[in-house]
Amino acid sequence: MRSKKWSVLLAAALLVSMILAACGGGKDENSSKDSTGGDAAKSAEQVLNFINGDYIPSMDPSKVTDEFGFQFVGATMEGLYRLGEDGEIKEGIAKGEPEVSEDGLTWTFKLREDAKWSNGDPVTAHDFVYSWQRAVNPETGSEYGPYMMAGVILNADKIAAGELSVDELGVKAVDDYTLEVQLANPTPYFESLTTFGTFMPLNQKFVEEHGENFATTEATLLFNGPFVLDVENDNQHITQANQWKLVKNENYWDADTVQLKEINFVVSKDPQTNVNLYNQGEVDRAGLSADLVDQYVSHDDFRIVPDTAVFYLKMNQVRKGKETPLANENIRKAINNAIDREALVNVLNNGSIAATGLIPKDFVHVPGGGDFREENGDLATYDVDAAVEAWNKGLEELGVDSIELELLTGDSEGAVQTFNENLAYQLEQNLPGLKINIKPVPFKQRLDLNTAQDYDLQVSGWGPDYLDPYTFLSLFVTDGGNNKMGYSNEQYDALIAETVETSDADVRYNNFLEAEKILIEEAGIAPLYQKGVTLLQSPKIQGEIVNKFGARYEWKWAYVAE
Amino acid sequence: MTQYILRRIGYMILTLFIIATVTFFLMKLMPGSPLKAEDKLTEEQKQIVLESYGLNDPVPVQYVRFLGNLVQGDLGISYNFDNTPVTEILVERLGPSMQLGLYAVLIGTFFGIILGLIAAIFHNGFWDYTSTIIAVLGTSIPSFVFAGLLQYIFAVELGWLPVALWGEPKHMVLPIIALAIGPMATAARFVRTEMIEVKGSNYIITAKAKGLSKSERVWKHGLRNALIPLVTVMGPMIISLMTGSMVIEKIFAIPGIGEQFVTSVMVNDYPTIMGTTLIYAFGFIVILLIIDLLYGLIDPRIRVTGGSK
Repeated sequence: MRSKKWSVLLAAALLVSMILAACGGGKDENSSKDSTGGDAAKSAEQVLNFINGDYIPSMDPSKVTDEFGFQFVGATMEGLYRLGEDGEIKEGIAKGEPEVSEDGLTWTFKLREDAKWSNGDPVTAHDFVYSWQRAVNPETGSEYGPYMMAGVILNADKIAAGELSVDELGVKAVDDYTLEVQLANPTPYFESLTTFGTFMPLNQKFVEEHGENFATTEATLLFNGPFVLDVENDNQHITQANQWKLVKNENYWDADTVQLKEINFVVSKDPQTNVNLYNQGEVDRAGLSADLVDQYVSHDDFRIVPDTAVFYLKMNQVRKGKETPLANENIRKAINNAIDREALVNVLNNGSIAATGLIPKDFVHVPGGGDFREENGDLATYDVDAAVEAWNKGLEELGVDSIELELLTGDSEGAVQTFNENLAYQLEQNLPGLKINIKPVPFKQRLDLNTAQDYDLQVSGWGPDYLDPYTFLSLFVTDGGNNKMGYSNEQYDALIAETVETSDADVRYNNFLEAEKILIEEAGIAPLYQKGVTLLQSPKIQGEIVNKFGARYEWKWAYVAE
Repeated sequence: MTQYILRRIGYMILTLFIIATVTFFLMKLMPGSPLKAEDKLTEEQKQIVLESYGLNDPVPVQYVRFLGNLVQGDLGISYNFDNTPVTEILVERLGPSMQLGLYAVLIGTFFGIILGLIAAIFHNGFWDYTSTIIAVLGTSIPSFVFAGLLQYIFAVELGWLPVALWGEPKHMVLPIIALAIGPMATAARFVRTEMIEVKGSNYIITAKAKGLSKSERVWKHGLRNALIPLVTVMGPMIISLMTGSMVIEKIFAIPGIGEQFVTSVMVNDYPTIMGTTLIYAFGFIVILLIIDLLYGLIDPRIRVTGGSK
């Protein structure tokens, strides 16, 4: 009997010690063993290895909607212009500056004659006409086509709605190398728009030859950008490939500038796995989740890359046709002032910074001035005294002594969840009598509830689609498609409307500055944070540009340092 | 026998039809649309795209159209992956998942049976406790914990195997071990319990009295009987492993179906959800049929015959 007990103990002890030994190792190991050896030879070679966060759902420029689609369309194709450092407009297929008519509505682009498709065909003005028509053609079923072009290019909205035929679109080829565009409104940021995936040219003959199969395999893709996409199996559906390459395009008109020979990609989604791959020297960059940031914050290769997406609290004033307590300006102001944004971004721990307005930092410059964010200052501040004062005034005006509000959020776990809980806690702590009920739902359901305007408070975000404050500020005009919170201010509407009609940069920016002040000062929304990205990145990557919208990375000028 | 199989196939088709119908209508209850830029489009723009997907038709019309295509073996085009037929996705993604699952089940049950046998033979001894502890840990610790542990020890610390990725045989080792621990523990537990029970049964005592050696008793008479309950649980286990484990696939960056299925639900990719569900259901039913037929091989007493009615 005694020996039996001993054997149980012994067996258990053995196993436990084995497991503990395995776990224990994790604690004291740290950045001690980075990429060891073998790298010296690699670094001279112009090759990079990256992880891609997901598969590429589409390579058809007219149909792309997601981050990775835009990334690889951007790397393999070229529109009229490309984005350089700090959003600077660089020449693409267009040569020099466009000629713009006095009313700002007719834009004429001269195209370079040495640009070629990867099959040797020249890239001409007809390719742009065809592509843009295809993007707004309802038969294409494009989501971004109508979204990007309606209200910008003449008749795009009516064509998308099936009211006009596609050849009524305001774009025509004057000759092979001259493109004339008629805009619906003067759109001073139009050049930056043409760098976006949806505006890439398409070779009509090629697209029609492949019909439904166009852009599904390597063999049914045609490129005109700095790189070509290379999948090991030529006939594999690109959307199903879990690894692929970008290879320098020798037919690219500016191939001399492109230094990278090859960029390899592999799909991997688990942050811990990605960091392990990075530490083994398999890849040159790995994103870090909040829990990994603490572990790697002092690593030599740790980087914070700012992003231009902004998150804010939407305050719904009219829920299901009935006014909510948030229709009261003092209540909204109280909430806006009761948020300690610095504490919240510490919870996120991913390089995000406190947002003090709707327009992100380092996004656009005011003409002849500094950064938009700096020019307009910190509009949203943490001020508990002001918050409580406004709160009590608001309660008095409403004739109540307590308010219960629902906070609609996403359902992700981890840091984001803690963020939401902290936000609710801050509001309840700082505003006596306020009760917040968090309602976490999946993304699609949140969109449904937002569309139905069925919520009180909602954590929401927006990433820009072009280089102009309009991409953010147009969200909250009265009855705007993305307003969905009953916010309405005549003065705000008038200011935004004027920015559409005029091409005078000073007038536009003054209006934008003014409009943002109105929106935040009367607390239509409460800004929360501007997103950041934390990662480990090899110092050998040089000259890579992080774009402010569209394709996230620009590799045309990138190279591997010795 | 033939009649029995034919009748079973008839039931299979009925079951698949019911599953397809229930899934179809449940799917329509999910919030949101398959649109990808839903938050950016105006109501009219949304309607135009939905129209092109045929999603503006009444649900019964969509249902009939879906069934019509299904009968012709057409699972449709994915809403998430541009112009990619669902069959293409299934073919691409099932491959890795099935490979891993099959190896994991084979290796897991093999070692599980051995572990269970050892435990039963040395009942209440050191080896019994060791194997029981392994089995308990294997059942109670989720496979992703093992996956993380294995990745850390064998890839990060020792550097014997790759951290993750897919393509070469060496990439399969760690995921297979991580997946095999579950079936191993289950098999060990079943075999141990059954063997201990069988050991005390009359026919084993008879065999012993007849003078059969221990190994003959264990292998020829004992194990065969002890395997029956194991075969029952093996079916669902095989199919759930072969249709992919979302977590293991994520940790080892494997292009499998498990992870893809979860993604398709998140983005309302209706055709892919349907296709994956049906393949899963189909595999499940087929395996159950095979298991039922296998019973007969293992135990002649429950052999199905034409005259079983």
